[in-house]
Amino acid sequence: MAKRINLQGNQACALGAIAAGCTFYAGYPITPSSEVAEAMARELPKIGGTFIQMEDEIASMGAAIGASMGGLKVMTATSGPGFSLKQENLGYASGAEIPCVIINVMRGGPSTGMPTRPAQGDIMQARWGTHGDHAIIVLTPASVAECYSETVRAFELTERLRVPVVVLIDEVIGHLVETVDLDALKPSRLVTRKFADGPAEGFEPYAVTDDMVPPFPRPGDGYRSHTTGLTHLPSGFPTQNPSKAEAALVRTTDKLDLHADLIEAVEVAECDDADVVIASVGISARAGQAAVADLRSKGVKAGLFRPKTLWPFPEAALKAATKGAKAVVVPEMNQGQMVLEVERLLKNKSVHGLGKIDGEAITPAEIVTRVTEVLA
Amino acid sequence: MKDSVNEAEFQINDYIRLDQMPHFLCPGCGHGIALRALLWAVHELGIDKDKLAVVSGIGCSGRLSAYVDANSFHTTHGRPLAFATGLALARPDLHVIVITGDGDSLAIGGNHLIHACRRNLNMTCMMLNNEIYGMTGGQVSPTTTSNRYTTTTPAGNTEPVFDACALATAAGAGFVGREVTMQVTGLKNLLRDAIAHDGFSFVEVISDCTEIYGRKNDLGVSPEMMLSQKAGMRPEAYRNTVDVPFKPNALECGMLAKNDRPEYGATYRAMVDRIRGKGA
Repeated sequence: MAKRINLQGNQACALGAIAAGCTFYAGYPITPSSEVAEAMARELPKIGGTFIQMEDEIASMGAAIGASMGGLKVMTATSGPGFSLKQENLGYASGAEIPCVIINVMRGGPSTGMPTRPAQGDIMQARWGTHGDHAIIVLTPASVAECYSETVRAFELTERLRVPVVVLIDEVIGHLVETVDLDALKPSRLVTRKFADGPAEGFEPYAVTDDMVPPFPRPGDGYRSHTTGLTHLPSGFPTQNPSKAEAALVRTTDKLDLHADLIEAVEVAECDDADVVIASVGISARAGQAAVADLRSKGVKAGLFRPKTLWPFPEAALKAATKGAKAVVVPEMNQGQMVLEVERLLKNKSVHGLGKIDGEAITPAEIVTRVTEVLA
Repeated sequence: MKDSVNEAEFQINDYIRLDQMPHFLCPGCGHGIALRALLWAVHELGIDKDKLAVVSGIGCSGRLSAYVDANSFHTTHGRPLAFATGLALARPDLHVIVITGDGDSLAIGGNHLIHACRRNLNMTCMMLNNEIYGMTGGQVSPTTTSNRYTTTTPAGNTEPVFDACALATAAGAGFVGREVTMQVTGLKNLLRDAIAHDGFSFVEVISDCTEIYGRKNDLGVSPEMMLSQKAGMRPEAYRNTVDVPFKPNALECGMLAKNDRPEYGATYRAMVDRIRGKGA
């Protein structure tokens, strides 16, 4: 019998994490993400896992990575100012290729901003928040069920590819309660990182493998390898040799290109004959979905393009979905972030932003109005 | 943790990565002596290198982890205790040793040190106090002696000094001690007791930065700096005696505090067992 329950987005992230095999969570209280920590504090001990509330956001990111270095599947969650603080150790996880999942429930910013109000202002920070060129994957659920399933997918990707994965949701999705069927959502398989199991002699923790994902040396298994945030050789030790440094850095970003098919995920609705495509994520995409229905009822051929993987941006899928469109409208709760990427990728298209930063979600009516303007 | 002492002779080459030599420490730096004492303690305790995790932060102290033939983690500035907290909770089978510095753990990482002491999770933190940011060229640190010159205190340091051991004791660390690098056997013994302690142990090592700090303050070369550091110490054995002249400004060395507060990992796991219906 289907197990249908009413569930909140933040709690769905926690249950998805547990279902994906997460056994360690380190966090710090912050609105509007605290329910993730509260759910993990309740659920993890039941499965023998570990929850810890650290002294700050930096430490919670550090502890999560530390536990992952110990071989566990780990997660942390935060919002706004906390996401800023996590960037330092998030960069370490990217550079040292340590699997971890970070839930970021976006609220109004900058600074303390509007803590209980929704925003989508971290779209660029999620991609570029930590310093330096780096690999990162960002997923954007748009429903409670997706909070669960995309958190599961976040674990699959971070464990498979050794790249930090950010699950980027907005306050509306985080606090939204919807009815979900947990049995239907339960993952059919568990993806766990490839642990090194060959001879310890001559083992290189960052060796260049065919899949560009080096096997993970678990402490205690005899490899005694070195992990550093310094740019490092396949041996794990630092280098400043220009060609070797560049090769090491490029591998971590090339890795994402190599596995693009695994990473990419989009929802494309009614784009085949669309004159206008609404490209959006999260709750704004839900409004976009309603706007498409409204526009279609008025005879406007509208479609929806919704990245579920926001970064790396699904370039080919966007180009395919907008092939016949005359215009693209990008509703987002910020002053125009995702629209920059859409403009960059669709240089010869008429691309229009619809930004909103007043702490309220974008309504379907606002999108319909903007589309009508654009098509006029 | 083994109670008996490993009787085999200590050979440092058994514990370091020779392929990472030469090391990058300056001539006269006390950090190498501290590392030797640490590895000697590890040897005496008979710790399996495969089960040894050395976690460091950033700075001169941070670079030491790369030289240890163990599971080594060179993490971010000030955060090694945060990383180590996750690692130690995830893997209670590992011996987790954090190597940090005065800037790393008292300035940028001060909050993590306080809470690591309070939490009392089983690990050892060796803080190398050389009173300076050496890696970045010699800026003032929270332990720079008053009036001394650094590149960011060109007219002398006007700030007061942190007493790291008093801080660790007040915050509840299970084991707190201090030693100078000149007393290498005493330092080894102190570190051995610290590692063997079931809880969070904190050892401050008074190290010397001859090249940058000593030179700028006319403190002499390394042996002179080490001798004066030793002279500035009030050894543990004399601390409570009345027939030794009391030096009011001297730092105390040896084991300074010890308590048997519950180790946090065990406390947490007991709670998990209770929730899962195992145990009492």
